[in-house]
Amino acid sequence: MMRYSRLTMVNLLSIMRLVFLMAVFFALLVPGAALAQDTDPDAPTDDEVNAIAREMYCPVCENVPLDVCGTQACAQWRALIREKLNEGWSEAEIKAYFVDQYGARVLAEPPRQGLNWLVYVVPPIAFLAGAYILYRGLQSWRQIEPVAVADEPPQQGEDILPDDYVARLEEELRRSQQ
Amino acid sequence: MTEVEDKTVAEETQTSGGPKWGRMAVWGGLLILLTLLALGLRRTQQGPVGPGQKAPAFVLTTFDGQEIDSADLAGKVIVLNFWASWCKPCEQEAADLETAWQYYQARGDVLFLGVDYVDTEPEAMAYLNKFNISYPNGADLGTRISQAFRIRGVPETYIIDQDGVLSHTQIGPFTSLSQITAVIDPLLGQ
Repeated sequence: MMRYSRLTMVNLLSIMRLVFLMAVFFALLVPGAALAQDTDPDAPTDDEVNAIAREMYCPVCENVPLDVCGTQACAQWRALIREKLNEGWSEAEIKAYFVDQYGARVLAEPPRQGLNWLVYVVPPIAFLAGAYILYRGLQSWRQIEPVAVADEPPQQGEDILPDDYVARLEEELRRSQQ
Repeated sequence: MTEVEDKTVAEETQTSGGPKWGRMAVWGGLLILLTLLALGLRRTQQGPVGPGQKAPAFVLTTFDGQEIDSADLAGKVIVLNFWASWCKPCEQEAADLETAWQYYQARGDVLFLGVDYVDTEPEAMAYLNKFNISYPNGADLGTRISQAFRIRGVPETYIIDQDGVLSHTQIGPFTSLSQITAVIDPLLGQ
């Protein structure tokens, strides 16, 4: 009786172990199958979604690009981009849709129109103006005392060089000849 | 100073300063740029429109395609609520706003309007269904209305009196139905 009971216990434990293993196996299998069903080869990838999202900004989270923004609003926007890509929309169409819905400020690069032109025009002009000012500054620092130049050429016999300079030159030449 | 020296100085001045019209153009451009910058900064520093000010004009296109122009609403008390489906504090006041709308709707002289700020339409519709919101709601297309009211976030509610003047600004959610009626009833002479 005792032996029977022990055998029954062993069998019961084996059955339980088998049931547990099968449960684990099916538990692993079912989500796997569900995941496999979700994987659509034509579905837009995260990279495709982020390629568009990184060129956009949500007005709620200023200065945080949409692709890295962690708020729920931004997650919804990324989901919308994915949905539109799935429907076959192009990048330009998606951006135009977002501009219609939320305004041009969602774009990382403002459209070239109206006062937005200042963003594109002012920095290069300021840079060129700065470079010109720097160039003029350097030029004036390197400039030697301005030498006055007479309009008319010197007459024959008229000295161009100062007398003391000529005298010094002659002195030097005399010394070198000695 | 000799004649030659005078000429040298004159040439120096002309070349270092550039032509007169050029300098004027540079200074003019700089002045315009600084003015624009100052105006932009002033606008961003202003904060939301406050009680006593004329409410900005707006046109709200509802989710079912109806256009509501604020110019056509003279004589009515307008409760303009900015919300979003991703905004948790908005959920706190959603049911109270709908109850208040049900309370005032029959009178005909109070209109509740919901402005959905920076949201996606499917999520917004789910939010409206979740709270059974029946008053007109629409997306803030181009964020034009929120920019006109210079809102700083959601929820924010602006109560506009019969003359189009802001009488109350609620920054953050209403915490009870009585809080909502307490700001509307005085405008109705109750």
